[in-house]
Amino acid sequence: MNSQATVTPIIEMRNIRKHYGPVIALAGVSIKIYPGECHCLLGDNGAGKSTFIKAMSGVVKPTQGDIFVNGEQKFFNNPRDAMQAGIATVHQHLAMIPLMSVSRNFFLGNEPTKKIAGIQFYDRKHADSKTMEAMSKMGINLRGPDQAVGTLSGGERQTVAISRAVHFGARVLILDEPTSALGVRQTSNVLATIDKVRNEGVAVVFITHNVRHALAVGDRFTVLNRGQTHGTAMRGDITPEDLQNLMAGGQELATLEGSLGGTV
Amino acid sequence: MNKSSAPFLCKDYRVNLMNNKLSIPDERVKEMSTFRNSLIRPELGGIIGTIVVFIIFIILASDSGMFSSQGVLNWSIVSAQFMIIAVGACLLMIAGEFDLSVGSMIGFAGMLIAIFGVTFGWPMWMAILLTFAICIAIGALNGFICIRTGLPSFIVTLAFLFILRGFTIFLPQTIERKTIIGGIREAAEGDWLGAVFGEKLFMGFFQYLGDLGIISVFSRGTRAGEPVVNGIPMLIVWALILVAFGHILLTKTRFGNWIFASGGDAEAARNSGVPVNKVKILMFMFTAFCATVFATCQVMEFGSAGADRGLLKEFEAIIAVVIGGALLTGGYGSVIGAALGALIFGVVQQGLFFAGVESSLFRVFLGLILLGAVILNTYIRRLITGER
Ligand SMILES: Nc1ncnc2c1ncn2[C@@H]1O[C@H](COP(=O)(O)OP(=O)(O)OP(=O)(O)O)[C@@H](O)[C@H]1O
Ligand SMILES: [Mg+2]
Repeated sequence: MNSQATVTPIIEMRNIRKHYGPVIALAGVSIKIYPGECHCLLGDNGAGKSTFIKAMSGVVKPTQGDIFVNGEQKFFNNPRDAMQAGIATVHQHLAMIPLMSVSRNFFLGNEPTKKIAGIQFYDRKHADSKTMEAMSKMGINLRGPDQAVGTLSGGERQTVAISRAVHFGARVLILDEPTSALGVRQTSNVLATIDKVRNEGVAVVFITHNVRHALAVGDRFTVLNRGQTHGTAMRGDITPEDLQNLMAGGQELATLEGSLGGTV
Repeated sequence: MNKSSAPFLCKDYRVNLMNNKLSIPDERVKEMSTFRNSLIRPELGGIIGTIVVFIIFIILASDSGMFSSQGVLNWSIVSAQFMIIAVGACLLMIAGEFDLSVGSMIGFAGMLIAIFGVTFGWPMWMAILLTFAICIAIGALNGFICIRTGLPSFIVTLAFLFILRGFTIFLPQTIERKTIIGGIREAAEGDWLGAVFGEKLFMGFFQYLGDLGIISVFSRGTRAGEPVVNGIPMLIVWALILVAFGHILLTKTRFGNWIFASGGDAEAARNSGVPVNKVKILMFMFTAFCATVFATCQVMEFGSAGADRGLLKEFEAIIAVVIGGALLTGGYGSVIGAALGALIFGVVQQGLFFAGVESSLFRVFLGLILLGAVILNTYIRRLITGER
């Protein structure tokens, strides 16, 4: 990846600012994302991570700053614009509808249709078989395509959301805390999925508070703190302790660590 | 980025994934679940309820004429009425919204037809078309206000319940100085669109059945020789068409997927690119359409429009939908289920009458059925969706 200086980033966010009334959620954040990398975005609660990726996915409009996709400046007015540019997002509070079946969720907004007597009908057979195929590729054994998303575990839901994004041609996949509510096994499944997706050449933006999760799959790390960033570190250039301290803003954790015996 | 520099953690995860992929599905379990899937569907509660209700009334009222051709027509008409408004209420509820103004809309639409067609003397087809346009526009307004303000549809349509009922009383009183306008049947005589709502189908066929003695015929009076049931009212035809349309729309089209998604989680649906606002407003319009169909059939049948028509119909529609397995909070339900709910409603209401049960007990029955159905449906839904 030393050649990165010459490769155009698949997406570049330059000096993004976002104000919510008096609150400065982002005070000028820049980031470059390259194809096939897993870029971890770390930071404490309220650091501005979700706000930042919402700007990237067209959910919020930045107050200031520029967005470039493959070197070309873009203005996203809504999530559809971002999707069209190949940017898919799995939001923190999931994009799955628990009462609906996996296959209906999988194709939501992109339903395949077939014409019968001139009328467009939902092509359920196609949707079902494609869903089963995509799911088994990701290592999830569904009872059937009719199985409701509500019956899946948290990790499986994340995997469905991720594989859906990839299936519809995402080149940048943004995951907002996909592991925050998961246990060890589920987390490992999601991380493995991230790894798979990255190996297919998709750029993954992985948001987490958990330094261990970040280190398990991340290629580069950007830490946000109170709406600002201290730049991006490569894997190997930074120790877990450094990351941890950067996230906490440098000092507070040092005192905490003593009393918790280094378990944070 | 060097792949070999990936830490050991990452490799562990990969192994884990491999294990997942290699696990072989158990064929026996799969077969079981196919069987279960075919049995456990949203309308299962409605199916069970229908069977139970029919068994009860075959025992209670079989000798009362409830299952003679005339009796069947009687409860079929009542059920069809419920079905027409239940289809609209069902799709709207699945899309996550309510319309409490359905009953008032029925009264209002009937009154408009009477005023346009009788008082103003316009051709009936024009009166009907204009009424449809106005009512559907009011439905769209209902939806638009809900979407724009973010207020619960419960409140917005409650306001329209009063507004429309108020107009339904005010208009005939100021124009005709009375609250019932008659003469609609005469005004609709020979009108093509009036016939679409008020005529009967297959009258020749029923006469033939009567001549054969399969259906009993009137033995005296002005209608001597005519069969007691002389055709299928358009009301029933409309009910069947709307049920079929609603069912196909919901389960067989991409728009149906959007209806489920809009009610299941509007935010998640928007994030997936579903035009949630459009879906919801269209469903409000469809509900208004159904209410207007009901109203038109009713005024054609009665020949008059009354200011108190359609009272409480919104609740009856919602009850039928809920008996049919839909979730009050949206995102789940079945049009077939709602139709069965309407059938149960109609059969119980008329069946108690046939059985000679004190009519006030109807409410007791209704309450019991509602409670039983909701409990059963909740259980079935949990089986399907794994809600916790
Ligand atoms: N819609 C909003 N209106 C006002 N303030 C907001 C809004 N959204 C976010 N904020 C503020 O912006 C800041 C950053 O929020 P954001 O959700 O981006 O944090 P985060 O890093 O994702 O935190 P978490 O780890 O808890 O998800 C917070 O101080 C929050 O209160
Ligand atoms: Mg967040």
